[in-house]
Amino acid sequence: MVPATARSAAGRMRAPVLRMLAEVIRTQVLTLLRSPIYSIFSLALPVIFWLFFALPYAHTRVGGVSGGAFLLASFGAYAVANVMLFTFGITIAMERGRKQDLLLRATPLPPWVYLLARVVAATVFALAALLVLSVVAVITGGVSLSAAQWVTLVSRLLVGSLPLLALGLAIGYLVSPNAAPAVVNLIGLPMYFASGIFVPVSALPVFIQRIAPYLPTYRYGQLAWGAIGAPADPASTDLLWLAGYTVLFLAVTLRAYRLEESRKFT
Amino acid sequence: MSVVVQLDHVGKRYGSVVALDDVSLTIESGEVVALLGPNGAGKTTAISLMLGLRRPTSGRARLLGLSPTDVDARSRCGVMLQESGVPELLTVRELVRLFSTFYPRHLPSAEVLRMAGLEEQAGTRVDRLSGGQRQRLFFALAVTGDPEVLFLDEPTVGMDVEGRRAFIVALRERARRGTTIVLTTHYLEEADQLADRVVVIDRGAVIADDSPAAIKTRVAGKRVELRFDSDVGEELFAGLPVTGLRVDGSSATMLSPHPAVVLRRVLNARDDIADVDVSGADLEDAFIHLTREGGSDGAGDG
Repeated sequence: MVPATARSAAGRMRAPVLRMLAEVIRTQVLTLLRSPIYSIFSLALPVIFWLFFALPYAHTRVGGVSGGAFLLASFGAYAVANVMLFTFGITIAMERGRKQDLLLRATPLPPWVYLLARVVAATVFALAALLVLSVVAVITGGVSLSAAQWVTLVSRLLVGSLPLLALGLAIGYLVSPNAAPAVVNLIGLPMYFASGIFVPVSALPVFIQRIAPYLPTYRYGQLAWGAIGAPADPASTDLLWLAGYTVLFLAVTLRAYRLEESRKFT
Repeated sequence: MSVVVQLDHVGKRYGSVVALDDVSLTIESGEVVALLGPNGAGKTTAISLMLGLRRPTSGRARLLGLSPTDVDARSRCGVMLQESGVPELLTVRELVRLFSTFYPRHLPSAEVLRMAGLEEQAGTRVDRLSGGQRQRLFFALAVTGDPEVLFLDEPTVGMDVEGRRAFIVALRERARRGTTIVLTTHYLEEADQLADRVVVIDRGAVIADDSPAAIKTRVAGKRVELRFDSDVGEELFAGLPVTGLRVDGSSATMLSPHPAVVLRRVLNARDDIADVDVSGADLEDAFIHLTREGGSDGAGDG
């Protein structure tokens, strides 16, 4: 088979970017699927947490909406945030440890194609995690949302996860491969708890209640609850906060990345 | 003939360590060049600079007339690096297919697998490959883009004798088709089997740049080891064609292009010889020889 090729400005041959992108996405998804720990953490854990912590309250009412819908939004936020922190925090640290970046650097694969492919692969897993959780929530908790609510919830969960993706990147470039899983969980779990994702904010100690509104995951949760009609801050406020956090974490990532570059590759 | 690799007065330091010192080197298309040197000589640094994986501290590196980081240059090169990782959970076939999409033209994966001797491992996951098979996988990934230039950093490390032989055959096949090959090795024998030009690098400098035959005659010599029943002095070897003489109590080692002459003198002078060993000079010996010849000071151990 003769592949289609593209010509660069200089008139030389380059491989078509879309074909690279598609193949990198495919291999990324395959790699994540074949890592049992990753699949369990990203797909099974949100469902297990749902069954233990959310299901008993599925038929109550929380702030004018059904408890089931409210908690689906909460645990959906957890599921997507978890995928983003995990995919970027742990796998990047591990690839750095195995010097996987070294060989790719010497190939014509542009780094942005690789990063974009990871984002797509992580999004695929985030959607899969949401789908599995939603199916379980509908079946076990009788959760019912309107079509518009489903669309709003899923799109807000994806867009709002950007700061967590960026936080994952920062961890991936700052932390050693051995420490990465611990760091991801040490940062992630307290943040989910303190943001009202697992338990209502009102049930938390007062000093945590005061900190909560400043956490990215709190803003993320607000965005999700607003999507299903529960009382929440205006979405624009949350999005502004989340955008600010994205910029902050990306700046940290860039610094860590440059530091590593100067150490390993100059 | 066009210039493929050009190092122009290139220097590279890591902090206070000088890895390469004012190296100039031109490699033309179709050449098969071995960068030969002991560990830590600067071979890997030289390849990293040619590929734009590292930036020179001074001087300039060009690849195919372009900046070494240029995608157009990289699209025409295949690379095999030491100690680089690959996604462990993919199979050999999946990885070859992945890498083939990085290059504008590529060989059919069946041909790539055959060349690398990995047909039977096509469906095997990378984390289940042996050291030698991994090394052949890296070779497969290097050639899948049908490169004009191949860079191979210590390609045969970890391969068994059989694997090494097959690998050399595969490389010769590429060379016959006109692929320019730049490889590093610390085996003179390997450089001799593969290359038509050997560049000897030692302590960051090019100390010889010649055909393998010419290099070999310069280092042609045997290593002579002698053990006596009682102590021996250096004066016994005075005036003999030896270099790198080391005397330690009752034993002596040296290099000599004419071991028979040495042995004749020793046999005449001493009747308490306990052991004699004459062997081909290994590379370390050869380097002592070459650096002495080049008028460089201190022939180190490494």
